[in-house]
Amino acid sequence: MLAVENLHVAYGSIKALHGVSLKVPAGSIVTLIGANGAGKSTTLRALSGLVKSSSGSIRYDGQSITGLAPHKIVSRGLCHVPEGRMVFTNLTVRENLAMGAFLQKDKAWIAQQTDYVFHLFPRLKERENQAAGTMSGGEQQMLAIGRALLGKPKFLMLDEPSLGIAPLLVKSIFERIVEINREQGLTILLVEQNANLALDVSHYGYVLETGSILLEGPSAELKANPKVQEAYLGA
Amino acid sequence: MEQFLQQLLNGLFQGSIYALIALGYTMVYGVLRFINFAHGDVFMLGAFTALGLHKAFGPALASMPWPVSLILILLASMAICGALGIIIELLAYRPLRNRPRLNVLITAIGVSLFIEYTAQLFFGATQRPFPELIPRTPVASTGGLTISVAQVIVLATTITLLIGLRIVVMKTRMGLAMRALSLNPTASTLMGVNNSVVISFTFGLGSALAAAGGILYASLYPSIEPFMGIQPGLKAFVAAVLGGIGNIPGAALGGLIIGITETLVKGYGQHFGIPSGYSEAVAFVILILILVFKPSGILGKTEREKV
Repeated sequence: MLAVENLHVAYGSIKALHGVSLKVPAGSIVTLIGANGAGKSTTLRALSGLVKSSSGSIRYDGQSITGLAPHKIVSRGLCHVPEGRMVFTNLTVRENLAMGAFLQKDKAWIAQQTDYVFHLFPRLKERENQAAGTMSGGEQQMLAIGRALLGKPKFLMLDEPSLGIAPLLVKSIFERIVEINREQGLTILLVEQNANLALDVSHYGYVLETGSILLEGPSAELKANPKVQEAYLGA
Repeated sequence: MEQFLQQLLNGLFQGSIYALIALGYTMVYGVLRFINFAHGDVFMLGAFTALGLHKAFGPALASMPWPVSLILILLASMAICGALGIIIELLAYRPLRNRPRLNVLITAIGVSLFIEYTAQLFFGATQRPFPELIPRTPVASTGGLTISVAQVIVLATTITLLIGLRIVVMKTRMGLAMRALSLNPTASTLMGVNNSVVISFTFGLGSALAAAGGILYASLYPSIEPFMGIQPGLKAFVAAVLGGIGNIPGAALGGLIIGITETLVKGYGQHFGIPSGYSEAVAFVILILILVFKPSGILGKTEREKV
């Protein structure tokens, strides 16, 4: 569904990615793991058009989306839940969800999908009219995911959904991610520092180190790989 | 007592015009995080556009009852100046979108001077009389109070525009996008918002309100010149900061406070050793006080972020 070829990204003179290639098959959960500063977030930011790639190609659904503006990419069903959640702090939970559905015209679908999000994360329903900025980190993460689901995604990119969240909530959020993948058939690209967790829920994984792919393979194999265990799993 | 009430009313009329201009500052700050110093000049252009339209369509307008011709001129001038605001952003500010904010700020001062002197080139430097779009006859003089038709219309128009703006910002899709963009431009673009369109819309809306402010102001003080926007523009900027920059109700509140304080100082300052000529400085004293004691303004919130 998504094929990235030899992607290069630079911030000024600093090269963040040099030649990243990866594939995400439809219906799968693929994870991108690696240490801080390896280029995981940059990869996602390039895919959603937030940063321009200096070379390489991104093909999504058989078409090139290289160099498209972010709002054009979203309109094709590629939704990005950014690092740090970026909920609209002064807007209510409902308004945040309405923003997620910004490009959707079908009111009935929006209402139905909003109900689905509330069913997925009942906590959001309880806080429907509360300003997003007053919620806990975990609740904001739920909102960020719910908001992206209202963009009618076919392909969902999640950047560090476990970051700064209470362990109990992390578990529940990851269960929901698997549920979304199974029930809605949504393809997911998951970026995580918590490699253990990411490899547990995903089908295939890539290990990114200083801007290029070091290793790749089915998640179970990566998890058994001594190199991965030593560097990322703390074994 | 009557005199006090009269001063209070005068301040209210004056302040409501500041409020209209202040809204433009605060909305543009909300979406672009910079102060558009050329905003006061759009206010001036509003008055000149109305004057031009009045001249061009004088006979046709004269045959209509004054409220109809007023509404026509007001709406047409707002549309023209709104378009002008969009063009200013497109030509002067958009190329600098990803540059340091200071560059944009300095550009804004340049745009302001450019508009003022271009206007001087075309309209001349002398004061011009502004047509009596609203009858300046007193509507009531009960209990020693004098209120003119113009003053009532100024207040009514301002209130109508404020309510209209409130509806646009709170109830429409574009308004939601404006609020989202002002909170987090990256996130809003990830929701599919074309930020450039929202920014253009904001400039258009703010400029239209400034134009309305210019026409109302010229209806109260009916002589206009190319530099008439500087003082009200600066005071409205102070009003926006006073209310909490980026906060729309705050800008309206700030405008009223500045207008009323200024008028009261003009009326009563001499009893406290402040000659009435100093009333022009009131807004700036207020600016210094807010910056020292409450930089976030009356209704402004300091940004909190959870990590």
